[in-house]
Amino acid sequence: MMKTRRSLVETLLEFRAFFALVLLVIVFSLLSPAFLTTGNLVILAKHVAINALLAVGMTFVILSGGIDLSVGSVAGLAGMIAGFLLHEGVVLESFGVIVYFTAGPVILIALFAGALMGAVNGFLVTRLRVAPFIATLGVLYVARGIALLISGGATFPNLQGSAELGNTGFVFLGSGTILGLPTPIWLMILVGAAGAFVAGKTPFGRQVYAIGGNERAAALAGVRVDRVKWAVYVISGVCAALAGLVIAGQLAAAHPATGETFELNAIAAVVLGGTSLSGGRGGVGGTLIGAFVIGVLSDGLILLGVSEFWQIVIKGFVIVVAVVIDQWASRQPSRTP
Amino acid sequence: MSAIPLPTSAAGPLVRARKVTKIYGGTAALDSVDFEVHAGAVNVLIGENGAGKSTLMRILAGVERPTSGELLFGEEPIELHSPRDAAALGIGIIHQELSLFPELSVADNVFVGRARTRHGVVLDRGVEEQRVAETLARLEQPIDPRTLVGRLPLGLQQIVEVSRALVHDVRILMMDEPTSALSAAEVEALFRVIRDLVDRGVAVVYISHRLEELMQIGDFITVLRDGRRVAHAAVADIDLGWIVENMVGRSGSPPKARDARVGEAEALSVEELSLPGPGDAPLLDRVSLSVRHGEIVALYGLMGAGRTELLECLAGARASVGRVEVDGAPVHELSLPQRIRRGVTLIPEDRQGAGIVQPLSVTHNVTLSSLSEHARGFWMSGNRENATIERMQGELDIRMADPNRPITTLSGGNQQKAVVARALLTSPRVLLMDEPTRGIDVAARAEIFDLMRRLASQGLAILYSSSDLKEVVGVADRILVLSNGRLTGEFDGYGVSEQQLVEASYVGHTTIPRGDEE
Repeated sequence: MMKTRRSLVETLLEFRAFFALVLLVIVFSLLSPAFLTTGNLVILAKHVAINALLAVGMTFVILSGGIDLSVGSVAGLAGMIAGFLLHEGVVLESFGVIVYFTAGPVILIALFAGALMGAVNGFLVTRLRVAPFIATLGVLYVARGIALLISGGATFPNLQGSAELGNTGFVFLGSGTILGLPTPIWLMILVGAAGAFVAGKTPFGRQVYAIGGNERAAALAGVRVDRVKWAVYVISGVCAALAGLVIAGQLAAAHPATGETFELNAIAAVVLGGTSLSGGRGGVGGTLIGAFVIGVLSDGLILLGVSEFWQIVIKGFVIVVAVVIDQWASRQPSRTP
Repeated sequence: MSAIPLPTSAAGPLVRARKVTKIYGGTAALDSVDFEVHAGAVNVLIGENGAGKSTLMRILAGVERPTSGELLFGEEPIELHSPRDAAALGIGIIHQELSLFPELSVADNVFVGRARTRHGVVLDRGVEEQRVAETLARLEQPIDPRTLVGRLPLGLQQIVEVSRALVHDVRILMMDEPTSALSAAEVEALFRVIRDLVDRGVAVVYISHRLEELMQIGDFITVLRDGRRVAHAAVADIDLGWIVENMVGRSGSPPKARDARVGEAEALSVEELSLPGPGDAPLLDRVSLSVRHGEIVALYGLMGAGRTELLECLAGARASVGRVEVDGAPVHELSLPQRIRRGVTLIPEDRQGAGIVQPLSVTHNVTLSSLSEHARGFWMSGNRENATIERMQGELDIRMADPNRPITTLSGGNQQKAVVARALLTSPRVLLMDEPTRGIDVAARAEIFDLMRRLASQGLAILYSSSDLKEVVGVADRILVLSNGRLTGEFDGYGVSEQQLVEASYVGHTTIPRGDEE
């Protein structure tokens, strides 16, 4: 079948996030000898992993034309639920026993809680027709409040578990390694790859793009719009919960304020990765690159000794530039997902 | 009826369009049209949908500029570059669709964009409200200028729209179907206002589909057909038959050969389908119809007659009451995706808003309704999708450079073919097509109709809507006419006259109160 040749400008635009990343890596390795070392890159990737997990879920929501502001709170809530189960156990008064779960069920219960919060978002958006921005803003507060209520605001320390209770192993999610690579990086690769395939290669993914591209046309074409929307918020909730568990595992502690403002980092990664905030355009691959752009930027600036405050300014500047380029590029009638 | 004197006609028209032509992308919406607007008179413009009425009005209002020809104000040639230029000459327009801000007060709406201020900054609400109150009093409408427009019934909102034009001392007031949303009593009030304006020497340009209404209020009438002016007369000299005859023309369409493809079995059967409207009047009122396998049935009607609503109800895109059967099995309880699986598919009228998914590629648009057929296990199969697009490209002659590019790179006609391809991939038994040729060029139209005949000969039942008489008479085996949400006529497609269709489409469009009022 015929294929039109792309111009250089088109190629540069299409892969702009990738080129930006390469450029950043080159600049930082020239400016700081410590940057391009295995040790630094592993630390960098570990930091990126958390944002990447949140951002993959966020990508689905944004592709469908929505937004999920609740992910940071859901991450915090998932960590607190895990902390509570590991630390306090479930008291069954009538039997006079405290049940402690092993790490596996704890993780599953926390992920389920994330799915539940996503389902609440989906319910508000599809059934009650609340605008996604408002619905997820509400859930942001509710989830944070529940996280604080679980411990009365206190931190659950020592999530390593104890051998006599048989609930060790939870921290492996955050601080373990497989084949020498930290678990969070494996999770990022796994979730990133799964997300990219689901978005790009499955009927479900196609429907997400269609809804974000033109919701009414998608509905008239037979796409079950509400069901798909519901699903994207659940995906986002599960991804957020997983990120929260990774954080709790890294710190071996669960703090109720964990994840505050993380939703903004996730949105920034999605946008930097070239996904349009109006939906229907972009993809998970770009989001991963976007997450790395943010990670490399802060890591490199730290190595260069740039003050933390300046880092924030620079990050904001980069995001705005990315959106300006994105809008300019989307006016070129050439890009397809 | 019209007891209004006809002043100033001796002095010549106030505004005149001379040999005005407007070309949109190759087709002439207006072809060398003359139009005179007389002061102190109601100047009626009439014609079928697409005859060029609204285009002419938009040119007079400065919204559009003519491709060629000129406008004269008195004897002076004028150029209108914007609605502001027109407003400066005292030309006001009331659009068919209300352009009000529901969250603002009546006074704010009237003065929006030209607010009265104190010291150039502070809104002078006192003066604004007083001016509006005076105007509304003139219109005999007891509306408080501080009411939010969104709280007013539709008829009063129309009055606000009128007062917006009146507050600014218009000399020429153009009204595009001002009564389409009004009740009989509200129309009476509006007509009193119009007569009052005319008595003061204002020139009114009036577009309406309600023929009786035109006879009642009009002084001069100009008939447009296919972008040309075909007749002009004083209303006193003519009757309803004259209008219809001139709108339709005498030529008619060449007779078409009856096709043997129409089968016996009913594919679609609809009983007493109703759709409640926002006001008292239902959008659809107990519509019953049937379409047989292999049959092409046209839905004709004026804008707002309920054609789109009917097709959307049948597709399951709107909740309605009544019985709908496909091949004898009831589907009225089913959702839209379920009806698609039963073989009912809609091709919507609004291609940009409801047909295509702009950021998706041509291929992805075409396979959107049949994703599971193009998947292998969990994954979409690129090979199957490519095979499909190649097949559909050949069958429907979709012309495109690269099917992997966004669908927006295609012309309107080819976009429409892509939407048709999407529908065909659901293996439909009943195809619902809402204005299938809207916004596409003549050659692509013919291709779409050829395609419809080919599909029908394969046993598909096709129900399509059109507001173009030629497309109705030239294609359909049977024609149903809707007017105000009711089925007002059913005609055999062979030998029906266009006059019959037009008359049926105006049934119920009477605004003269029937005796018991007053």
